[in-house]
Amino acid sequence: MDRFSQNKAPIFEALEEFRKMRVVPFDVPGHKRGRGNPELAGFLGEKCVGIDVNSMKPLDNLCHPISVIREAEALAAQAFGASIAFFMVNGTTSAVQSMILYACKRGDKIIMPRNVHRSTINALVLCGAIPIYVNPEVNRQLGISLGMSVSQVEKAINEHPDAKAVFVNNPTYYGVCSDLRSIVNLAHSRGMLVLADEAHGTHFSFGAGLPQAAMQAGADMSSIGMHKSGGSLTQSSLIVAADTINEGYLRQIINLTQTTSASYLLMSGLDISRRNLALRGRLVLQGVLELAEYARNEINKIGDYYAFSTELINGDSFFDFDRTKLSIYTLDIGMAGIEVYDILRDEYDIQIEFGDLGNILAYLSVGDRYRDIERLVSALAEIRRRFKRPSCGMLSQEYIDPVVVKSPQEAFYAEKCSLPLSQTPGRICTEFVMCYPPGIPILAPGEMVTKEIVEYIEYAKDKGSSMNGPEDLHIERLNVLKGE
Amino acid sequence: MELWFTEKHTPDVNFSIRVDQQLCSMQSDFQRIDVFDSQEFGRFLTLDGYMMLTEKDEFIYHEMITHVPMAVHPDPKNILVIGGGDGGVVRELARYQSVQSIDLVEIDSMVVEVCKKYLPFTACSLDDPRVKISYADGIKFIRQREAEYDIIIVDSTDPFGPGEGLFTKEFYGSCYKALRDDGIMVNQHESPFYPEDATAMQRAHKRIAKSFPISRVYQAHIPTYPSGHWLFGFASKKYHPIKNMNPQKWEHLGITTAYYNTKLHSGSFCLPTYVEDMLKDVE
Repeated sequence: MDRFSQNKAPIFEALEEFRKMRVVPFDVPGHKRGRGNPELAGFLGEKCVGIDVNSMKPLDNLCHPISVIREAEALAAQAFGASIAFFMVNGTTSAVQSMILYACKRGDKIIMPRNVHRSTINALVLCGAIPIYVNPEVNRQLGISLGMSVSQVEKAINEHPDAKAVFVNNPTYYGVCSDLRSIVNLAHSRGMLVLADEAHGTHFSFGAGLPQAAMQAGADMSSIGMHKSGGSLTQSSLIVAADTINEGYLRQIINLTQTTSASYLLMSGLDISRRNLALRGRLVLQGVLELAEYARNEINKIGDYYAFSTELINGDSFFDFDRTKLSIYTLDIGMAGIEVYDILRDEYDIQIEFGDLGNILAYLSVGDRYRDIERLVSALAEIRRRFKRPSCGMLSQEYIDPVVVKSPQEAFYAEKCSLPLSQTPGRICTEFVMCYPPGIPILAPGEMVTKEIVEYIEYAKDKGSSMNGPEDLHIERLNVLKGE
Repeated sequence: MELWFTEKHTPDVNFSIRVDQQLCSMQSDFQRIDVFDSQEFGRFLTLDGYMMLTEKDEFIYHEMITHVPMAVHPDPKNILVIGGGDGGVVRELARYQSVQSIDLVEIDSMVVEVCKKYLPFTACSLDDPRVKISYADGIKFIRQREAEYDIIIVDSTDPFGPGEGLFTKEFYGSCYKALRDDGIMVNQHESPFYPEDATAMQRAHKRIAKSFPISRVYQAHIPTYPSGHWLFGFASKKYHPIKNMNPQKWEHLGITTAYYNTKLHSGSFCLPTYVEDMLKDVE
């Protein structure tokens, strides 16, 4: 990597230059550098609202970049070892959806693990592609879904040789990676694209001792959640892609759903974060890894908690682990992860990323400090001292094989009716039911409802699992296809 | 020439002391450490620009944070001091013959070095054979202790910066665990006057009140701290700060003090109405 050129931050520099010009605005946004909205300017700060400006010649245009945005995207591509990069201003969700809209059209098949983010299945509703699900393996003790095993992917490819692409989480929310390199080789040998969801893997390209990044593993495209571990503002992300991808067509796909008023706050944040990762990422991530290792040791010393790591690597479905992720198994103190999560927030003013039935996840990144880790560890020790009880009757996560009857798009837009949950077995669901844990969809549009699934929903609801997706927020009714 | 030290007590209130000379200015891993000499307050120590102690008024703080719990506990043998690298609390504790061990946990070794060199009036007992100094984050040190101490004195800085962990519920809970069944914890409890300090004071009180069965607050007048009106927290598993205090017994020890006395002990728990109201709000 040419470190010298990575010193540049073209969008940031253009905005600094623009600020000095004191241009008189007779264009949008109407707040006119904040003057028209003093409360907002006071709240966010004048520096911030002063660069909330519209596309214009010196600042380029995200829909059709020819100057500073183009340069910034080229630098991002270089930093990630990709051929091309796209700044995304509607979250990693939009990045994932654009990848899928690029790879698939109506009726095309795409191979993916069941524990994809819901944005992935939403993309199928948009484009009409058909999901071929690969069972993620489950770690029975922890109750979390892992990566895809290579043999399962191979089986899916053999059964569906006409599939257009294979979609891979790199890593999962819990930090687990599949054997991406082998999956890439397999898919490419059968003419399929490999799309990676690196919403939680931004840092892989920049640190030592981290799992392999998608671009390095030979994937064709990857969605990068820069605002997660990369340090940019919420909602800003990237797509990076190899030279196997047609840049112009991907830009057209992105422009189908992308705003024509992209925020310069978000884009300058991407630009500056990329520069920071490229120049200082290695050192910073070394610090994050040390912090995470320290936290794991301290937490495992408390007793009963299990902060797991690379010892679970099995060469296949747990091929590698992102050691910056601090995942902690809590069931041995007799408490569900979600309960520990709530107590941490309500009683200790500590907000962690999530809690599921068996685990909590604390997100560590470029902004963490030892003193905050000490608070987390002490709070966990206190929760154990105050609340420990015998663990029993806790739900263990069973993977329920989905029966895909119709494409998500067909089911989503079809005529439907609402039925009480108990009457839905045998019908085809037209909406999502998501349950945490472990963030795997229980039902997606187009899938057959079974007795087993209804029982699982009832049980998880009873255990206080967080569920969402359906129109009926209480999940007492489900929408199913009409008249069957 | 005039040289002034200024601390902002609020964004709109300055507190200034004319300085004769600056003796030391260092940056540790945790904070900036400065020592000055002045006409009015003698030698004084600041951390990150915040007043920690002056030669002239430190006796008030150190006597009140130490003798109040020591006069209540019938037999304090093992004491833990968290923070307090200046040695002022240790100096007061070392005057009790009955004390067997004093563990001092200070996060910043440079504070202790600076105080030993420039502030002998507070650091004078740090070499007492009963004193054991650990350089660690107090919240980490206490996590690993259980039923070991009779009294814990939390001599912290402010609830922001390196000392912020010492104002948290997880810390107070850990202190509870580290105390014996009749243990007492006393802490630096901020000021009730300026709104920002008062909020921190209320938050601390709320968390302590939830962690200990007995939780009371007492006050002292400290000229160089914001507003001059300062509070301490008294949290206890068993002993009441006034009913379980034995004045004759303490007086019999023959410890001479300049601020603390047993009448003031009881009086210091009588708080102004607005402070009582603030505390009730969060109890």
